[in-house]
Amino acid sequence: MRPGALRSSGGSATPPSPRAVRPESPPETGLWRVPAEVFHLGDARIPAGAKTTSPLRSGSAASTHGSKTQTGVRGQVLAPAGVGGAAANGQRPRSFVLAALLLLASPALAAVGDPAEQLRDPAQEEKARAIGRELRCMVCQNQSIEDSDADLARDLRRIVREQVAAGRSEREVIDYLHDRYGDYVLLRPPLRAGTLLLWAAPAVALAGGVALVLAMRRRSAAAPAPAPLSEEEEARLAEKLRGRPGA
Amino acid sequence: MNEVSTPPPRAGGSEDRRSALSVSPHPNPPPQSGGGRRRLLLLAPLGAAAAAGAGFYAMLRGLGTGSYDPRGVPSALIGKPPPDFALPPLDGAERPPLSAADLRAPGRPVLVNFFASWCVPCVIEHPQLMRLSREGVPLLGIAYKDKPEDSLGFLRRHGNPFAKLGVDQPGRVAIDWGLYGVPETYLIDKAGIIRWRWAGPITEDTMSAELQPLLRRYA
Repeated sequence: MRPGALRSSGGSATPPSPRAVRPESPPETGLWRVPAEVFHLGDARIPAGAKTTSPLRSGSAASTHGSKTQTGVRGQVLAPAGVGGAAANGQRPRSFVLAALLLLASPALAAVGDPAEQLRDPAQEEKARAIGRELRCMVCQNQSIEDSDADLARDLRRIVREQVAAGRSEREVIDYLHDRYGDYVLLRPPLRAGTLLLWAAPAVALAGGVALVLAMRRRSAAAPAPAPLSEEEEARLAEKLRGRPGA
Repeated sequence: MNEVSTPPPRAGGSEDRRSALSVSPHPNPPPQSGGGRRRLLLLAPLGAAAAAGAGFYAMLRGLGTGSYDPRGVPSALIGKPPPDFALPPLDGAERPPLSAADLRAPGRPVLVNFFASWCVPCVIEHPQLMRLSREGVPLLGIAYKDKPEDSLGFLRRHGNPFAKLGVDQPGRVAIDWGLYGVPETYLIDKAGIIRWRWAGPITEDTMSAELQPLLRRYA
């Protein structure tokens, strides 16, 4: 996700000017506010003043056995994962395992998971997540709305959950956003004349490669074996070689 | 291409002439058609490179003029009427509120502009909006996710070009428009059909290259 600016206007005379993506809420101080989720890990909130600013970095803090303040942060961070006891032990191999665990866990942590945002019914929440993973965050362009911290993505997540809670089908929810944002909002673009090349490209590339290999094989097989030298040629060859050293 | 460096036993075609031994003429010369096809094949990469070059040049030119934007997202609403909505007025701005009814067959092209006081590019485009307003183009504003008092302050500071003003504090109406950032500007023709969407600030270039011609076309 690109933090602030989003889009250039183009134009030869003026440099491309950035376009605003709305911050968290109308900010009281400063222009942009960092989304709360950046500091958010499961249910444990890292104090904003603490040395670690992101879930991943707090993972590396766990492996360095730092000062007391870090231990505090570490305990808080690791508690939800259920491995706080190992951290307190402070042995090297264990911290290694811990770091590995944190690394493994990071994809899950990266997903936005504000409990206040989730639906109460786990089945509905799972359905909403599945739908959200099919929808592109318009602002970040390469994340699904389930993975993005962007304000617009949060709004879209809310809409998806509202509609899921109202009993709409996956198709209906996706169509609702497709009507408003077009093909761009779908992470899986539909197959139609305009997107045919996009979908066919891998097959075309593969077929081209196979054809090339086959053509090269056929050519090398078809190449005529050199005919044996005639007696006259043998004689001339021997003549030519006679003058050379080693002959 | 590697035939050039292959040893003499693999002779087949013109390569045997290059071999150190002058054992030509070869008893069975290869078919002549192969040579012409190979020459064509050698030209193929050149042709591909030329086509790619022309394509990249066109993209580069488009970047300069603004007609090509790699990050541009086409609006799904082009050619359709605006979504149904009704927004509350901005208190203190002394402008009537905005609803979809105002955009149904307005009789002349109108512009709908989404703005916010926290949006810096909105400040950049504001002089252009003021100019359009002075020229008599009806501008309808929607304050997106903004506190009403902040929107009011923004318009007091920079001028109010809008004939009507709606407040979309939750940002739900904006989603119905397919908005993905501010500022965004929509051109609605006199029959009430969305013809153009500009995502980003309207600069002087945008005015002269895109908006003015469109306003003339749909006038």
